[in-house]
Amino acid sequence: MKNRRQFLKEAATGALLLGTQSALSLAATPEPHATADKSRVVVARDPHVYSSPGQLDQNRVMALLDRAVTSWTGQSNPVEAWKLILGKDLGPDKVIGLKTNGLGGKGICTHYALILAVVERLQHAGIKAGNIVIWDRNREDLEVCGLSINTDPSRIRCFGTDHAGYEDESVRWGSVNIRLSKILTRECSMVIGLPILKDHSMSGVTFAMKNMYGVVHWPFQLHGGGCNPGIADLNCIPAVREKVRFTIGDALSSVYDGGPGFHPERLWSPNALIVGEDRVAVDQIAWQMIERKRAEAGMKTLEAAGRPPRYIATAADAAHNLGTDDPRHIHLMEI
Amino acid sequence: MFRSNWKWAIAAIVMIAIAVGTGCKKKGSDPFPKSGAVAGWEKTSETRVFEAKDLYQYIDGDAEQYISAGVVTTSTSDYKYQGQIEATVDVHTMGSADGARKILETGTKDAKPIQLGDEGVAYAQSIIFRKGTALVRIVAYESTPDTPQALLALARGVEAKL
Repeated sequence: MKNRRQFLKEAATGALLLGTQSALSLAATPEPHATADKSRVVVARDPHVYSSPGQLDQNRVMALLDRAVTSWTGQSNPVEAWKLILGKDLGPDKVIGLKTNGLGGKGICTHYALILAVVERLQHAGIKAGNIVIWDRNREDLEVCGLSINTDPSRIRCFGTDHAGYEDESVRWGSVNIRLSKILTRECSMVIGLPILKDHSMSGVTFAMKNMYGVVHWPFQLHGGGCNPGIADLNCIPAVREKVRFTIGDALSSVYDGGPGFHPERLWSPNALIVGEDRVAVDQIAWQMIERKRAEAGMKTLEAAGRPPRYIATAADAAHNLGTDDPRHIHLMEI
Repeated sequence: MFRSNWKWAIAAIVMIAIAVGTGCKKKGSDPFPKSGAVAGWEKTSETRVFEAKDLYQYIDGDAEQYISAGVVTTSTSDYKYQGQIEATVDVHTMGSADGARKILETGTKDAKPIQLGDEGVAYAQSIIFRKGTALVRIVAYESTPDTPQALLALARGVEAKL
């Protein structure tokens, strides 16, 4: 069993080969694609993904990721699945960004094991190590995930916007007028969101779309009205809408109340990944997952608690058109 | 008149010097116990201090509830217990004791009351208490049989320095 340091070192040098992947078998033949007019969302679960309390099994995380992406794409081979996901951004000069979320601190941030699994599969799909950038707001947000800062282009890069800076010019869409991270605007061809599922004291739920608050300067200004329409408007800014095209949502652990900070008394382990291209549909499914857990715990709904995630419906409306929140138009695959 | 002002100035300087010399300034200025000050606990990070306007940099999303309760500054530092249990101590200095009370009353209905400061509660992996204008939250990242007692000892160490 490799430790973290060995794993990252090997991944960074491209030494991990497909043939040495997880000892666990991949998913069985995935079910057929959803119909074209529906947004596909995969919820992949593994009740044994934790080998002990708080300790993820790296091999099982990799296998879970593989099941998720193969089911989502309809491919039997995870590397082929990743090539489909990357699409036009699978090229020698294309930089793929992984936007993690470390805001909640080390107790509730994107899991290191998941980041490593994605990084490994990106390399298998043909992305050079130096063309992968793991990023977030700042050094602290990355370090709480267990990551180390690296700007050496011969290896996987990992740095925050505190290093790269924000654009001097602000951009506006609807209610938001913000300065974007240069990592988004200048470094990355495509960004894959790696949010972690959390309750949020203002927006109700934070996941795929809310994760974009970590790409702007002064996100605090976007929290009014339960972050509505701030979240939806921010995701409509062209650089966000066009570059952030896929979500590997981390629901391995989550807080169902008291978020977005770490509240161990409200921590639970859905043992799941929520994967999809449609950020609105992904958030809609994530919201329902939080609501089910709150009901199980005897808590109020987010609506009754005064913080329904209204931004999800806003993002789906005709003015924003970021995706669908209508269950009839979401093809949910729970595997 | 002029001579009288000088007397007052000298008296003020002497009083400030006495206050500094007797540690009055230190009391309440650094609530974070040094490594070893509480048995088994090491301070593993520098203390970071955020003013209310910058609090989003630390707890974006959570910041609003503290700001609306009148937070002035938030200080935070990391600790480790016997090399095994990691924890974070947050000390929110509010504008008034009411502000600290307001935060403490939020979402603690299933917590266990503890004798700490003016009022405190404990969960298996966290302790929250208030003392004067300070609202302290200590969170552990590992749940072990030692966690509750270790956290309580650290909390008492912080409380003694407030």
